[in-house]
Amino acid sequence: MADASLGLWTVPLAVFGGAIRVSTPFLFVSLGECITERSGRINLGLEGTLVMGAMSAYGISYLSGSPWLGVLAAGITGALFGALHAGICSLPRVNDIAVGIALMLLGTGLAFFLGKPLIEPTAARLPAIDFGWWSDIPQVRAALRINVLFLIGVAIAPLLYWAFRTTRWGLLIRTAGESADAARAMGHSVLLIRLRATMVGGFLAGIGGSFLSLFYPGSWNEGLSSGQGITAVALVIFARWDPMLCLWASLAFGGAAALGPALQSVGVTSGYHLFNAAPYILTLAIMIITCSPKRTLTGAPAELSITR
Amino acid sequence: MDFGRISRRHLLQGSAALALGSTLGIRGAAAAETTVGFIYVGSRDDYGYNQAHAQGAAAVKKLPGIKVVEEEKVPETDAVEKTIESMVNLDGATLLFPTSFGYYNPHVVKMAAKFPKLHFEHCGGLWTDKDPKNAGSYFGYIDEAQYISGIVAGYSTKSGKLGFVAAKPIPQVLRNINAFTLGARLANPKATTQVIFTGDWSMPVKEAEATNSLIDQGVDVLTCHVDGPKTMVENAARRGAMVCGYHVNQSPLAPKAYLTGAEWNWEALYPKFVKMIVAGEAIPNFYRGGLKEEIVKVSPYGEMVSAEARKHADDVKAKFMSGEFTIFKGPLVDNKGKTVIASGTDRGQQDPELEKMDYLVEGVIGATA
Repeated sequence: MADASLGLWTVPLAVFGGAIRVSTPFLFVSLGECITERSGRINLGLEGTLVMGAMSAYGISYLSGSPWLGVLAAGITGALFGALHAGICSLPRVNDIAVGIALMLLGTGLAFFLGKPLIEPTAARLPAIDFGWWSDIPQVRAALRINVLFLIGVAIAPLLYWAFRTTRWGLLIRTAGESADAARAMGHSVLLIRLRATMVGGFLAGIGGSFLSLFYPGSWNEGLSSGQGITAVALVIFARWDPMLCLWASLAFGGAAALGPALQSVGVTSGYHLFNAAPYILTLAIMIITCSPKRTLTGAPAELSITR
Repeated sequence: MDFGRISRRHLLQGSAALALGSTLGIRGAAAAETTVGFIYVGSRDDYGYNQAHAQGAAAVKKLPGIKVVEEEKVPETDAVEKTIESMVNLDGATLLFPTSFGYYNPHVVKMAAKFPKLHFEHCGGLWTDKDPKNAGSYFGYIDEAQYISGIVAGYSTKSGKLGFVAAKPIPQVLRNINAFTLGARLANPKATTQVIFTGDWSMPVKEAEATNSLIDQGVDVLTCHVDGPKTMVENAARRGAMVCGYHVNQSPLAPKAYLTGAEWNWEALYPKFVKMIVAGEAIPNFYRGGLKEEIVKVSPYGEMVSAEARKHADDVKAKFMSGEFTIFKGPLVDNKGKTVIASGTDRGQQDPELEKMDYLVEGVIGATA
């Protein structure tokens, strides 16, 4: 190629690449939160879990030299945070939203404190799989360098969708979320179901954090998450507690995040603040279009403290 | 740790009597030594802006009879006034370094008027005659170092396209973009600089996206002006592009891709300031300097920098050191075709007009708003 530039074509390509690069943390956190909320609890602390996951993954990858150990460590940290949330919420008259906010502050604060010595060193990164081998356009090849975590996240979405509908465990989680009394009448411990659901949710959120620090943007610093965890929790409501919709919503958010920089790079420079706000405008627009004063949110688990 | 200290401070502030008591107590005890307060907008070890200042603070700590108090992640709101008040009232600080641009007006100006006997040295602000005399603003002409980076980048680029990841279109950032571009066009008159504004000082995901978008456009040398250049440096190096650093030396992050970089030299300046205050000398309210005054420096050249580029860059550096080189001189045209500096006018580094810069020079692709 004489000219390495693709001109205006870089905008859709960047949005496509951005959807893949930026969406993974959204995807993992929202799928995790989807499981937790389906069991009847809201864990707002996933922002803290995401940041803790990012920090612990980076730390373990740096110390051990193996990024996959880092991913595992992030998942375990996340599960422990989930267990803490579920444990506190098991006590009588505890509000899960308040506990979530407390854990969000604890997680970010603890991660910043423990992560201080990790800002300077460079840890081993997760590898990317090259899906762009068929193309000789470097931009396409770069956009198609995909991390395995993204593929796992994409695979988890339909798996969850299927599991919620057809497996015993899916049914139990849904029962706990729709009617705690019914679950108890069947002889199941609602608290135990919610504990497990919150731990799995935390595990996935922790892995989402490891993607941030070990793949993209790919290093640990304190501005790393900048609210992605809390956005992902909101995405679950936006996706109506449906794992497949979580996937599409995450991809849309990732693509929208890439729009601002991509438009500036082709010379659309006016109003970049507006384009940078694109993900939030998108949320507002869809919320307004889909909301109705005549009915409650469709798909909302009946036991959630916001719907009860 | 930090949380404990802050909450204790705020608790003490809440109780007027207690605060008064500890003020008197600590002031009495601190009379023998001078306490210096440093306030950072971000994390002290961000591989960037705040780390450069913290390195300066570390150099001050080594001076005898000096106590240093620091607080990081103080937002550019009235939170900084509270931090200043607690450093003054509780720690007995008599010299303060609020190091972020947005602290100056109105916060530092207000605090300087409130505590007329103390010294406030603000980094990056534009002190004018109307401001309190005990406030001062210092800054380094890091655009001189950016100009050198630009020359090296101009020789190193193959596509002639350079990229600049910037936070906000404020004068100091625009000045760096313009100096980098002018330097590059000295080496390669056809070079252009594509600029992307991320909107804030620390947005790692946006910075990574901006880096990728620029490289997708054919950019092969990147630099930046954000608080932590680590994201840009690492992501650009991964895509095989070359980088020029900023704030501190980032070559350990990408030894193969690192060409050179514009660095602060606060470790030299801060001890000098503190010694002047202790000796009772007045620091000029408007303190500026560049390579010659050792306020900024250029990173050592990376192995990819050609001999030709090194020679040209060293020649210009020598001219800066002898004080005979002007970056912004007429005729200078902005990227909309308007003449911003008339032919025959030399805007030397000290010219306050340059600190109001609101244009991008010819060769920059981008807009300030």
